[in-house]
Amino acid sequence: MTMIFGVPLAVFMGQLMLGLINGAFYALLSLGLAVIFGLLKIVNFAHGAMYMLGAFSALLGLQHLGLNYWAALLIAPLLVAGVGMLIERVLLRRIAHLDHLYGLLLTFGLALIFEGTLINFFGVSGSSYPTPAALQGGMNLGFMFLPTYRGWVLVAALVVCLATWYIIERTRLGAYLRAGTENPALMQAFGVNVPQLITLTYGFGVALAAFAGVLAAPLYPVSPTMGANLLIVVFAVVVIGGMGSILGAVATGLSMGLIEGLTKVYYPEAANTVIFLVMILVLMLRPAGLFGKEA
Amino acid sequence: MNVNRKILASSIALAAASLAPLAAQAAQAAQAAVSDDKIVIGYMDDMNGTYSDLAGPGGLTAIEMAIEDFGGEVNGVPIELISADHRNDPAVASNLAREWMDQDSVDMITGLNASSVAIAVSKLVEQSNKFAMVTTAAADSITGEHCTPNHVHWVYDTFAVSDAAARAMVEQGGESWFLMSSDYAFGHAMEAAVENAVVESGGTIAGKIRHPFPTDDFSSYMLQAQGSGAQIIGLASAGKDLVNAINTAYQFGVPQGGQTLASLMVFITDMKSIGLDVAQGTQFVTGWYWNMDEQSREWAERFQQRVGRMPTMVQAGDYSAVTHYLKAIEATGSDDPAEVRAYLLENPIEDFFSRNGRLREDGRMVHDMYLAQVKAPTDSTGEWDLFEILATIPAEEAFRPLEESRCDLVSN
Repeated sequence: MTMIFGVPLAVFMGQLMLGLINGAFYALLSLGLAVIFGLLKIVNFAHGAMYMLGAFSALLGLQHLGLNYWAALLIAPLLVAGVGMLIERVLLRRIAHLDHLYGLLLTFGLALIFEGTLINFFGVSGSSYPTPAALQGGMNLGFMFLPTYRGWVLVAALVVCLATWYIIERTRLGAYLRAGTENPALMQAFGVNVPQLITLTYGFGVALAAFAGVLAAPLYPVSPTMGANLLIVVFAVVVIGGMGSILGAVATGLSMGLIEGLTKVYYPEAANTVIFLVMILVLMLRPAGLFGKEA
Repeated sequence: MNVNRKILASSIALAAASLAPLAAQAAQAAQAAVSDDKIVIGYMDDMNGTYSDLAGPGGLTAIEMAIEDFGGEVNGVPIELISADHRNDPAVASNLAREWMDQDSVDMITGLNASSVAIAVSKLVEQSNKFAMVTTAAADSITGEHCTPNHVHWVYDTFAVSDAAARAMVEQGGESWFLMSSDYAFGHAMEAAVENAVVESGGTIAGKIRHPFPTDDFSSYMLQAQGSGAQIIGLASAGKDLVNAINTAYQFGVPQGGQTLASLMVFITDMKSIGLDVAQGTQFVTGWYWNMDEQSREWAERFQQRVGRMPTMVQAGDYSAVTHYLKAIEATGSDDPAEVRAYLLENPIEDFFSRNGRLREDGRMVHDMYLAQVKAPTDSTGEWDLFEILATIPAEEAFRPLEESRCDLVSN
């Protein structure tokens, strides 16, 4: 059997595949963070909580309303976007003119409140969300058994990432968004409703998180702490990619998933820390991040 | 410079003055039977994290029940209860324990989930000559190389839940094993216990992997376990980690492909979370089950009325440990750790939780353990009707024999 650094080729390839799937999650989550930071300059620590709320909406929708997976994939992000827009209108707008640190603390506080409240009702062990019937089973790729659902997650996440990048970088709406945050006064003079644009952007950013949450529901137990564990990693990804860089978030998300996957093969004990090592290296050599613009 | 010296001198004087009454109190206390005229119990556990469902707030309620059932006082001395979340961090736990013993007159600390926490706190308890009753943590080294005269280990340990189970599985033909363990004291102790049992009964270890604690994504580790081709994949993880690992195994078709999962440390809350569809047939060793007899059911139903779910073995053990601690104080009239321990060593430990129980000189409370199996969905008659008890493992066989102990309190 062919070996790669002491690991059979099949196992190695399997790990790369899994790394790519996890990377797609990181990409999706860090993309939302990058959109919110890039356009609104808010360091959104509530992002993990929004991811968790997405998964919970899907679970509760299924248990109490019989809402199926495909409907949840659409409805949960809309619901969470609504919550997000409310938060932006009522809370974030009031501190928008202050230092970034205030937004960070406020969203962090919100995240703790959401988590604490749900822990109170549901405990931490979480509940499982059934894999939708159409995506059950798996396929033999030769080097590994790939559960169909994980394959779907990879495809869905990548499509959404690319679509987001296209909207922001290549369409007229995206151009308005970017201009509105660069020079709000000028855009307002052109008759664009900038505050509304900001609310919608925040809503869109957290909807991406909620979408990732619904994708994650059949994979991990749906629990109130599921976002908190992921959030720190995702922040490291955003810092490595360059705060606010859309392309950076996607590319770094995928590559960090791969690096983490390989660490799990060769030195599993370090799997939780390897991304932070990369972050430190990048911060030392290129403080604006790999894809960030030097300030 | 002069001013500074004055301030320094006067603050030393002030400090001395404020300490003097304390010293006088301490001298008095030494003569009194129960120190500070109150019994203070500190419950320290994971209240929000990975282990909070199986121990956490439910354990606190169990202890409140024990104190209430005791009438809230021992020999006319009131019993107080304080609690805190140590977040599974030995450093946080050590600071709390010091504060509790130095400032809050805590006499006994219990709960102590996560083996790393239990080992750290038991050392401090020994230094301050207080008492600790470890109920939730699992590493058998807690009464092995880490034993002290000031703490006891109550509910179960890594040896008790894995040794008999692993030997039985090897005998049934599961000879090659892959071990997946949590990378801290508990996982290491469990890994050693299982490896020993497997090798001694003629099996082999095809591979081992340690995952960070806690972990959400087990896919990589499971893929390696699957790739090893071992007949049995031994999971030395607990709580949310175990739930995650088992779910991942099913997604990757591990059991469907003919490999058997051995969940070595199972709590009812975990199996509830996984669901009977996936968990059915899992065999494991447990220290207690709510539905095992009339006595257990009676207490469990009281607990359920207050907490809204059935108790785990450690929550039942919390009640049991505190009750026997209070009995010891009642009988000896003292909260001195040496006297409490001597009483516990001499008297049998029997209650709804413990059968044929007794405390050994290494601090291990041995009692009957049970081989159990997760029911099939069609056999389950209610929300919490999850397990069936298959056999009883007698107290003297269930735990690591005293002759093999590495505890220096044991005269081997």
